[in-house]
Amino acid sequence: MTAAFHLFRHDLRLQLRHGTDLVAPIAFFVLATLLVPLGVGPEPNLLARLASGVIWVTALLATLLALDRLFQRDFEDGALDLMALAPLPLELTVIAKVAAHWVTTGLPVMVVAPILGVMLRLDTNSFLTLELSLALGTPVLSMIGAFGAAVTLGARRGGALLAVLVLPLYIPILIFATSAISAAGEGLSPRPHLLLLASFFVGGIVLIPFAAAAALRNALE
Amino acid sequence: MTTARIPLLHRYANPAAFGRLSARVMPWSIGATVILLALGVYFALFNSPPDYQQGESVRIMYVHVPAAIMSELVYGAMALAAAAGIIWKHALADLFVKAAAPLGAIFTLICLVAGSLWGKPMWGAWWVWDARLTSELVLFFLYLGYIALVDAFDDPQRGLRAGAILVLVGVVDLPIIKFSVNWWNTLHQPASLMTLSGPKIYGSMLVPLMLMIAGFMAFFITVVILRLESELLARRIRGWRTAAGDE
Amino acid sequence: MSSFSNFLSMGGYGAYVWPAYGLTAIAFAAVVVWTVATLKARRQEEQALSATGRQRRNRRGAGT
Repeated sequence: MTAAFHLFRHDLRLQLRHGTDLVAPIAFFVLATLLVPLGVGPEPNLLARLASGVIWVTALLATLLALDRLFQRDFEDGALDLMALAPLPLELTVIAKVAAHWVTTGLPVMVVAPILGVMLRLDTNSFLTLELSLALGTPVLSMIGAFGAAVTLGARRGGALLAVLVLPLYIPILIFATSAISAAGEGLSPRPHLLLLASFFVGGIVLIPFAAAAALRNALE
Repeated sequence: MTTARIPLLHRYANPAAFGRLSARVMPWSIGATVILLALGVYFALFNSPPDYQQGESVRIMYVHVPAAIMSELVYGAMALAAAAGIIWKHALADLFVKAAAPLGAIFTLICLVAGSLWGKPMWGAWWVWDARLTSELVLFFLYLGYIALVDAFDDPQRGLRAGAILVLVGVVDLPIIKFSVNWWNTLHQPASLMTLSGPKIYGSMLVPLMLMIAGFMAFFITVVILRLESELLARRIRGWRTAAGDE
Repeated sequence: MSSFSNFLSMGGYGAYVWPAYGLTAIAFAAVVVWTVATLKARRQEEQALSATGRQRRNRRGAGT
């Protein structure tokens, strides 16, 4: 277990070293969200209805941005071969990398989202649910994204292909996260939706590392 | 090496052997396809009643519903074959997935277009965010994703294996996606009286429907056998080319 | 004659019913044509390659 933690910390330090790489997804997140009022007009009621959907969609797309580099560098310099042969199971390696990816994309998204919510006139009842949905949902986005990155490793035009593969798989998370936020906005309980998101989280942690590791082994053969 | 010692299924990974098997099966398969589709279309267009509410437009159902059913069945078959390929490492299994995918995509596309053509006179719009149509659209992208992924690898074996894993993840996610889209649809649509699956199906409507479903299945089997032989040949050709290049 | 034109118009829905069936037919035909054409081409290529492969092998066998 400590080996996985060390890998996580190592990966994180590598990502943080290239500071500008980190800013891009968040900058994209903010900019893309801000494009919407510019596109549809600043009418507060309209924006309030769109807010949860817009924030979640741009969060989805921002997560995609950092994904194709998830395994690429290690694949190219041979580190991934070593990881596959190491005593640490490849599945745990995947979890460590997913965690590092989330810290550099999902976590900043969670920090910035309330600000965007204010700018998009999100209903005040919804903010807590927004944060909770992101807390539960963005790790799943990172997990599914990691699977996409693993399965496109070594493919031509992996970047665009990755988006095509991963976006359909993101749909259930998007739907339940935004309906949780809408429910909260209407004064209903978001608990059932959030619990469903939590079940995706648990299911993902259990299943995705195996799928991703199998894809990685395929790429390494 | 005597053929008696090669396990049955592995023998058919040889394109020549598969070609002989396919030549024996083809006449029956083509015959079944033609008869079932001809009968199905006859009953669908000439010998079934118009619908009480939807009039003659209900005849689109005889194309839309079989296409929808096949689009799901083919994906399920692809998932089974993908699992078989991973567990038993049989070449035919992985190639079946590749052979079936374009057919599944076409069924999905027919379902979407027919659904759209049905929806326009019924609901007044070319596209409606109906739960079934929206899920079908997502399934279409799952098919396209598979096809694109397998083609994106220079090493075909690696592409087939990556595709197999993708299909398995997709088949687990497909029910979840449909559940979520259904949920989303009930949230956002006022209660609609008509679904695209139409009103209660009467006996006289069941006959053309069953014929068309059977016809689409026979069509799939016929074409997938041809595509499978084609993939086996392509693999053999690559083998010859590599051998020639070694000299 | 009028019943045929009634049939064509499909109770007013003709513009929807016929394209639905027509596009299905076209899609089926297109995939069959594409599949058969590729299959034939590959069969020929495989024959050609295996013939030259056998020639090469026989030549090599004779040369050793």
